[in-house]
Amino acid sequence: MSRTRTERLVNLVICLLSTRRFLTAGQIASIVPGYEHDPEDERDHEAFQRKFERDKAELRELGVPLEIGTPSVWDNEPGYRIARREYALPDIPLAPDEAAAVGIAARLWQQTGLAAAASSGLAKLRAGGIDVDPHATLGVEAVVTVDPAFEPLTAAVRDRQAVTFDYHVPERDAARTRKLQPWGVVCWRGRWYVVGHDLERGAERCFRLSRIVSGVRRVGRRGVYEPPKVDLIAYVAKTSGPVERTSRASVLVRPGRAAGVRRWAETCVPGPDGDRLTLRYADVDFFAGWLVGYGADVVVLDPPELREEVVKRLKAIVAAGAPADGAPAAGASAEGASAGDRAEVAV
Amino acid sequence: MTTSVDRLGRLLNLVPYLQARPGITLAEAASDHDITERQLREDLELLWLCGLPGYGPGDLIDMAFVGDGVTVTYDAGIDRPLRLTPDEALALIVALRTLAETPGVAQRDGVHRALAKIEHAAGDLADAPVAVRIPGNADRLEELRGAVERRHALRITYYTATRDETSERVVDPMRVLVVGRWAYLEAWCRRAQAVRLFRVDRIDASTELEEPARVPVQAEPTDTRTGTLFRPTPDLPLVTLRVGRGARWITEQYPCEEVVRGPGEHWTVSLRASDLDWARRMVLGLGAEVTVLSPPELAATVVDTARTALAAYDAPVPALP
Repeated sequence: MSRTRTERLVNLVICLLSTRRFLTAGQIASIVPGYEHDPEDERDHEAFQRKFERDKAELRELGVPLEIGTPSVWDNEPGYRIARREYALPDIPLAPDEAAAVGIAARLWQQTGLAAAASSGLAKLRAGGIDVDPHATLGVEAVVTVDPAFEPLTAAVRDRQAVTFDYHVPERDAARTRKLQPWGVVCWRGRWYVVGHDLERGAERCFRLSRIVSGVRRVGRRGVYEPPKVDLIAYVAKTSGPVERTSRASVLVRPGRAAGVRRWAETCVPGPDGDRLTLRYADVDFFAGWLVGYGADVVVLDPPELREEVVKRLKAIVAAGAPADGAPAAGASAEGASAGDRAEVAV
Repeated sequence: MTTSVDRLGRLLNLVPYLQARPGITLAEAASDHDITERQLREDLELLWLCGLPGYGPGDLIDMAFVGDGVTVTYDAGIDRPLRLTPDEALALIVALRTLAETPGVAQRDGVHRALAKIEHAAGDLADAPVAVRIPGNADRLEELRGAVERRHALRITYYTATRDETSERVVDPMRVLVVGRWAYLEAWCRRAQAVRLFRVDRIDASTELEEPARVPVQAEPTDTRTGTLFRPTPDLPLVTLRVGRGARWITEQYPCEEVVRGPGEHWTVSLRASDLDWARRMVLGLGAEVTVLSPPELAATVVDTARTALAAYDAPVPALP
């Protein structure tokens, strides 16, 4: 933006802040330097109107609240002013530790969009007279990254507008287009999810942001729904949360081996053939896979269903790797989605 | 946002900013706005030409320069900064909510109070549709944070997952950080003579020593700007796997060098393993869903291990002693 344009816009803001009356475009042109033109000359007048439209758009992009109204009962032409109450940041009396927290918060984002928004927000607080200690820390540093879909989704929630996106679950071969009235975005155990009403399934659904492989497109009109007051975290936690370890297993571990298994043992009894450990687990399938990782260092004693599952898996690995076999055996499970989610809650 | 809008925003901000800090040096004001002193001077020169309609000497924004300092003597009505935009409110509020949720942080009370005040100031915008929950062992993190703050060395019992071993070592703590779902202690490891990130849930025990921490000057903190801590280096062995549908989730769990989808339902996935023993445990754990394409020695050891393990099950379950 040229210097004259910036100057014109600053003067426009000052002018509209200072007026109580709505000023028409014509009145503004006669007051604010930079809008001089001949209203009788059609081309000149159109050029002014275009310039004025661009300037208004720029002020709106910046967040300047332009009020529109009619200047007087004799005049139907729209007029403009800026209500100071709407324009000004309210006074925020922050104590030094609170200001320090805001300063740390503003540095949290790694993404350029959010980082820029946070730092321009902080600049406004500083302009409001708040001093921020740039060296303050909270002792624990949080590093947060968000997926690209975060910003368009939160903006869509704000506007109460439905979205569509292509969603790819690794267990499927192709992405599917989903249509959602988003209710909110949730960070749960380091991953971001969007929760909302799935318009095609006609039900509540949540989606992992990292699996959105397209842009987020808006569909339909704004303001057509109201997100219900539900605990979004609880919803996500329910579908991808940890499971309770209610079953107990007994395993034999070679002396000095399988440190990863020993850390989870409830009890450990040394014996002549190794150490007998007891462990708690939730899911036979997942737990068996984890134990198989330790090979001959761990032998399952009990329960039989776990022992059988481990043997089954070991046999499948031997069969798949046998040279006479030619092509490796195909995977058996189609319920991979749950396998991935179980892995997240791995011991 | 475009740079032009940025500059306009900065100019509108500058007047109340300077007004709140009479006599502030140009250097300090420039650094607070992330601009050079020269850019700041240009901004001030421009503001000097702006003011109330009439634009006479008494209507224009006025400033007094004394030494290196500047004082606004007339603000032409821009005495407050512009309110927060929806994006600014969201970025600050969600960041504060995240800090409030981060286990082990000091001055959590101040974070909560700041959050309440910013939400209040943001009005309607405070209803940010974002919730954050970071589970973690807050007590353990507070202990570790205490050691960092008191600059004491720590003796820790640490489980190294890549080598499947638990060992004791003395470390000089540098900082505690939470990245995604895991918390870490960054410290100088005296045994490795290098900076190491210890995942807090794998620190099985820790004792704060009387001895002061001695972090050497060459200890460089890990760069966290990309949001990932484990960046595989080309010197680590490359493992290529044939992955069935049910194990495709590993491509979301581990950083992969290459993922070739198909033909058919199998994917070919290449990743760098910091340790081949770790890779063997991972592949065994995934069962028949995954077969090793390379290196051949990994493929062989996976099958050998499974065969040996299977032999142990030929014997009946040993009776309890």
